[in-house]
Amino acid sequence: MPNTKTVVPFRGTKEQEAKLHEVIAKHKNQPGATMPVLQEVQAIYGYLPEEVQIMVAEGLGIPLTEVYGIASFYSQFALNPKGEYQVSVCMGTACYVKGAGAVLDRVCEVLDCQPGSITKDGRFSLEATRCIGACGLAPVMTINDDVYGRLKPEDVDDILKKYM
Amino acid sequence: MNFARSHILVCGGTGCTSSQSPKIMEEFEVQLAKRGLSDEAKVILTGCFGLCALGPIVVVYPEGAFYSNVKVSDVAEIVEEHILKGRIVERLLYHEKKSNEIVHSLNDTEFYKKQKRIALRNCGVINPENIDEYIAFDGYQALATCLTERTPQEVIDIISASGLRGRGGAGFPTGTKWSFAAREKGPVKYVCCNADEGDPGAFMDRSVLEGDPHSVIEAMAIAGYAIGASQGYIYVRAEYPIAVKRLQIAIDQAKEYGFLGEHIFDTDFSFDLEIRLGAGAFVCGEETALMTSIEGHRGEPRPRPPYPAVKGLFGKPTILNNVETLANIPWILQNGPEKFAEMGTEKSKGTKVFALGGKITNTGLVEIPMGTTLREIVEDIGGGVPNGKKFKAAQTGGPSGGCIPASLIDTPIDYESLAQIGSMMGSGGLIIMDEDNCMVDIARFFLDFTVDESCGKCAPCRIGTRRLREILDKIVSGKGTMEDLDLLEELCYHLKSNSLCALGQTAPNPVLSTLRYFRDEYEAHVKEHRCPAGVCKALLHYVIDPEKCKGCTACSRVCPVDAISGEVKKAHVIDTDKCIKCGACIEKCRFDAIKKQ
Repeated sequence: MPNTKTVVPFRGTKEQEAKLHEVIAKHKNQPGATMPVLQEVQAIYGYLPEEVQIMVAEGLGIPLTEVYGIASFYSQFALNPKGEYQVSVCMGTACYVKGAGAVLDRVCEVLDCQPGSITKDGRFSLEATRCIGACGLAPVMTINDDVYGRLKPEDVDDILKKYM
Repeated sequence: MNFARSHILVCGGTGCTSSQSPKIMEEFEVQLAKRGLSDEAKVILTGCFGLCALGPIVVVYPEGAFYSNVKVSDVAEIVEEHILKGRIVERLLYHEKKSNEIVHSLNDTEFYKKQKRIALRNCGVINPENIDEYIAFDGYQALATCLTERTPQEVIDIISASGLRGRGGAGFPTGTKWSFAAREKGPVKYVCCNADEGDPGAFMDRSVLEGDPHSVIEAMAIAGYAIGASQGYIYVRAEYPIAVKRLQIAIDQAKEYGFLGEHIFDTDFSFDLEIRLGAGAFVCGEETALMTSIEGHRGEPRPRPPYPAVKGLFGKPTILNNVETLANIPWILQNGPEKFAEMGTEKSKGTKVFALGGKITNTGLVEIPMGTTLREIVEDIGGGVPNGKKFKAAQTGGPSGGCIPASLIDTPIDYESLAQIGSMMGSGGLIIMDEDNCMVDIARFFLDFTVDESCGKCAPCRIGTRRLREILDKIVSGKGTMEDLDLLEELCYHLKSNSLCALGQTAPNPVLSTLRYFRDEYEAHVKEHRCPAGVCKALLHYVIDPEKCKGCTACSRVCPVDAISGEVKKAHVIDTDKCIKCGACIEKCRFDAIKKQ
C-alpha cells in the first residue's frame, strides 16, 4: 500500500535539500505546480518521505494534507524507498492472459517478498505493474532498465540470479 | 544536401527497443563505416511498424526489404550482402505463417494488406526526432492552410463533415465538441490532449507519440485556432519515457521553426504547448479527472454538467481530444473530409487503430477501416490463434469493455455494433483469448483492476466494485451459489446507473458480457466446482494418468512439497491435500502423463 509510513529513517543530505528548493523556486508561480514538483523531488530523493513532503508543503505554501493527498493518490509516488534493483512484472491484460500470474508467483517465491514491498536486505523491490506497452513480448518483466520478454516461470530463477 | 542510395529503417518502438533495436542501429553504423558506406546508406530510427511479434524489425529502402527478428549478429551480413552487393538476405525476410512463402516487401504481408494507415501514416516511415522528415511528408501544411486561408468556423465544418468521432472510446463527434468550445466566450480557453493511455494491453497512443509526435502537435495548434485557444496541455503517462522524450524534442523543434509560439506563420494566432506527466492513476483518463490532475490535485472526477467545453481546465472552456483522434486531423484537412468519410460504416467513419495482443500469432498494432469484421482481424491480419488452439473470445475496451464470443466473430467493428453486443470500442485494446482462458477469471482480473483504480470519490464505485470482486472471488474458489449470479447481475446495474464517472459506470461491463455469453462457465464453477478452462487454482486437481506414467521419478524429485509418491518404474500418485498446484511436475514430465482436472 502506498499510504503506509515508512520505517526507514530519513537520510536526506544538504545537497538534496538545496536541489529541492531549486525545484520549488522554478515551479512556484506555475498553475498546478504540485504534481510536477513532487515528480522532480522524487527524482532527487528516490521517494517521498514525510520530511520531504513537509518541505514541499512549506515551500509551495500549501497544506501538508494536500501534498500527502496527492502523494498517496498516484501510484507513481512512493512513500517507501525502492530497492537497489526494482523488479516489475507486467500484469497488463496481454501479459495476464499469457501467464504473467505464474511468473509473478515464481518471482515472489524466489525473492521471498510480496508485490509492493522490498526484500529484507533492501536490495530488491517488487511491483506488479500496469501495462508497460510491450505487449508483443508478453509476458514481460523489467529489472531496472533491463527488459525480459516471452517469459516462463522457470526462466525466473536464472534471470534473478544475475542480480543476486 | 546529400542523397543516400539506401535507407535502413530500424524500429524504435517500445517493443523493439526492449529487444535491443538501439544496439542494432549502432551496429549498422559501425558496419557501414567499416566498409566506407556511411555516406551511401543512411540509418534511421523510426516509430513502431506495428508487427511487434516479429521485432526487432529492419526495413531497407529502396527495395522495401522487410527483415524480421533481426539480431545484432545479423547486421554485418545485411550490410555486406544487401547494402554492398545488392543481394537481399532471404534468410532474414519475413515468412508468411500460413503459406510459408517468403515476403519481400512490408506491404505484401497478410498483416498489412487489409490495413489502411491514416493515424499511423508516418509511424515506421519517418524519423520522429527530425521535424524536417515530418515536413517532407506534408507536415504542418494543414496548419498553414488553416491559418492563412480558412476561418475557424470553416475548420470546424471540415472536421464535422468528415464524421470523425473521439477515438478514446466514447465516440463523441469531434467537430461538435470543437463547436461547443468555439461558442464560449474567451479570451482564455484550453486545448488538452489525452495521452493517459491506461487500458492495460493498449499501446496505440504510445506508438503515435513515439512514431509521429508532430502530427499531434500540429493537430492541437489547429484545434487551438478553431476554438480560439492559445495554450495547450498534453497529459501523458510518466510510464512512457520514450514517448515523453520524443514529444519534448518535437515541441522544441516546432518552436524553433515557428510552428508554435507567437504569431505562427506571421498571423495573429499564437499557441503554446506544455507536457504534463501523469503519475499512474487510471481514473485520470476520464476527462474531468484529467483536468483536475493538471490543476495539481488528486485526480478525482467532477460531475457533468458543466461540460469541459463550458467550464473545464482552471474553470475555462476546454476541449480534450485523444491522441489518435488528433493524429487524424491533419490528414483530414489535407485530403478532404469526403475522402475520410468514404471509409467506414454509416455512423463510424475512417479507421481505428487496435493493439492486438494475447493469444494471437501477429501481436502488434493494426489500423483498419471501420466495419472490418473481427474475423478479418483475427484470422487474416492477426494470423489466427497460435499452437492449434481454438479462438474463444476477443476482449475490447479493456476494463470498461466486454468479451465478444466466437459466435459473434463476424461482427463488423464500429461504435454501434460493439455497443449493441455489450462491449465497446474503447481506446483500442483488442485481446484475443483461446480455450485455455477462463472467462470468470478474466472478469475477476478486470475487477481487480477497477477496485485498485477506483478513486474513492463516489460510493457506488468505491464499494460496489469491491463487492463485485468478493462475489467473483467466491465463485472462482468454488464457494459460489446460483443466487450469487443473480446478485452479481443486479449489483452491476446499480453501478452502471449510479456511479459518478465512466470508470464506475463501465466497470461492470466485463462481468455482464461474460455472464451473457459464458454463463455456462459461471455455472460450471458454481454447480460442479469445476473450471472448464483449467485456470482457477482452487478448483484444480493434478492427477497422474497411470497408463502413461513410466515411473521415471522426475516429477517426485521436482515437487517442492513432496506430494508425489511411487516406486521407480511404477505409476506415481499425487496427494491432492499436499499439492500446492505449482505445475512444476507438468513441466518436468516427458510422457504427458500429468493432467489438470
